[in-house]
Amino acid sequence: MSSEAQHVALSLQDHLPVLQVLIPFLAGPLIVLLGSRTLAWPVAFIASFAAFVCSGLLLSQVMNGGFISYHIGGWAPPLGIEYRVDAANALVLLLISGISTVVLPFAKPSVADEIPQRHHTLFYATFMLCLTGLLGVVITGDAFNVFVFLEISSLSTYVLVAKGASKDRRALSAAYDYLIMGTIGATFFVIGLGLLYMATGTLNMADMADRIAALGTNRTVQAGFAFIIIGMGLKAAMFPLHHWLPNAYNYAPSAVTAFLAATATKAAIYVMLRFMFSVFQPDFVLDMGATWIIGLLAVIAMFVASFIAVFQNNFKRMLAYSSIAQIGYMLLGISMFNLNGLTATMVHLFNHGITKAALFMAVGALVLRTGTTFYDRIAGMGRVMPFTGAAVVVGGLSLIGVPGTAGFISKWVLVQAAFDNGWWWMALAIMASSLLAVIYVWRIVEALYLHAPNPEAEHQEAPLMMLGPIWIMAGACVWFGFDTELTLGTARTAAEALLAGSAGMAEIPTAAMH
Amino acid sequence: MRHHLILRVITKLLVGAIILFAFYVQFHGDFSPGGGFQAGVIMAVAFILYGLVFGVAQVQRVFPPWLVHKLLALGVLIYAGTGVWNMLLGYEFLHYGSFAPHHMSHGQHSGILYVEVGVGITVTGVMVAIFYAFAGRRPQLGDDDW
Repeated sequence: MSSEAQHVALSLQDHLPVLQVLIPFLAGPLIVLLGSRTLAWPVAFIASFAAFVCSGLLLSQVMNGGFISYHIGGWAPPLGIEYRVDAANALVLLLISGISTVVLPFAKPSVADEIPQRHHTLFYATFMLCLTGLLGVVITGDAFNVFVFLEISSLSTYVLVAKGASKDRRALSAAYDYLIMGTIGATFFVIGLGLLYMATGTLNMADMADRIAALGTNRTVQAGFAFIIIGMGLKAAMFPLHHWLPNAYNYAPSAVTAFLAATATKAAIYVMLRFMFSVFQPDFVLDMGATWIIGLLAVIAMFVASFIAVFQNNFKRMLAYSSIAQIGYMLLGISMFNLNGLTATMVHLFNHGITKAALFMAVGALVLRTGTTFYDRIAGMGRVMPFTGAAVVVGGLSLIGVPGTAGFISKWVLVQAAFDNGWWWMALAIMASSLLAVIYVWRIVEALYLHAPNPEAEHQEAPLMMLGPIWIMAGACVWFGFDTELTLGTARTAAEALLAGSAGMAEIPTAAMH
Repeated sequence: MRHHLILRVITKLLVGAIILFAFYVQFHGDFSPGGGFQAGVIMAVAFILYGLVFGVAQVQRVFPPWLVHKLLALGVLIYAGTGVWNMLLGYEFLHYGSFAPHHMSHGQHSGILYVEVGVGITVTGVMVAIFYAFAGRRPQLGDDDW
């Protein structure tokens, strides 16, 4: 018992990985217990901001390599559940908690407008649970824990989407669609985990990686891989599995769409990356031919989804289809299978997150004044809401990838990755699909500026509570277009660790094996 | 249900026994099969049975919906709060050993009791809330409104 006597009390710093998830998790039930409409929002915002601070501190510790491991309950991995922070997930944690912290102030007036008052308390509680789930999915180093947090985030997401029902009843069927598809995705994921558990006898990701490497490939592991990729593909809206996304984004309340579009699919892409590269090995993924399948689907997504977006006459729906196309870019980066490709995926994950958050929040501001998102009804609103309109333009430019915006950085790295592989035609394809983005962004700019303002709408700029968050995100789109040290630097560290396969997850205490 | 005398009498007799059994399963869960999940469901069964026989309105007088919702949240907070307490004692989140640093297994023992209380409260709340949600549902559209 002498070792216990020498125990050194852990400091707040040591607890950061668990506080990251714990703070929003505590806020959820606390809001319900307080049961006060006035206190719900402040509690949610403080929790979200605290989570943001945690992720900032974590990122600053790992952005130059290395990792932090936290043992839940004091049980050491591989037996216990481990929270494991490295450059790859710290960047995603920062994105998720940052977006939530910016979206919450925006949500206050938006939710007051779109959701009946008696649901407000539960709305913020559900929002906190969704945030908890997404952060947990990303931070955990335990494969089954990913599934648990995935369910926490998914179930609360279905509820959040369904809250759009007071404005449009179709939100209910959209949420139901999402529930069915999301559950199928989660089931596929857990079947894959079951197969891997059968083959390796462990659930810790790093341990699993070692054992798969020692075991060599076999049918069980291959089937597990396929199930996991398809399950996560559904969650990430990989092209033919994207059916749930347009309706869910379109009918959900504006604040929910802004939050989900910027975070939920990104967390799924991260899990996909983590499993493909760290748990399975890069060589294994190549042997499976997964890169070709993912690459092909990515290119189809880039063109088909952009093409559909061009013909939309609903701003929110157009952005939803554009999201599917942008996820195509991230998957394309994975399929390039080189350092620049993975860097592009990680950077685009971040940059697309902030771009879509800015755009979807601007949509929310337009909804507040016009009550709708159809082009003919929001026509000319850019003139009477100059700041919102300008934010749409900045976000749109970032979506296209114009130099000076965040979107340019990720596409630039992606094109570099294409040249690294000698795929010059792929570089052309990226350019061509960006041209489609020019068309759909131009259509909304035209609708906002080149028409007489809709006389039925309220001709007033959005409140400051909305403009602030919108412009923080729009400003971030420009900022990260120039200052790429945080995004590109961290993404490159992350990509190096991912490409190193299980070596990138090494230094785990695998004492039980020796 | 007014004329089902036997059902009503038996229910009144059983409710107390069911609740007692729920507590047994709750607090004996670390020695024999049981624990918070099972105890929570058994506890909820007492209220659901009462509601089935005497009507939702009656059971909601005993166990009002607002209380159910608070208990849902309270149970989760007890569980997480146990973990926070461990952190305040200077150990990892949910490291129950910290309750008795010189005899870790005793600490583990008491820690599991605390979190199981949280689980039991939340599961009771969830089961009763589901019952209320279905049993208390009124059709939003009358038959003539279609």
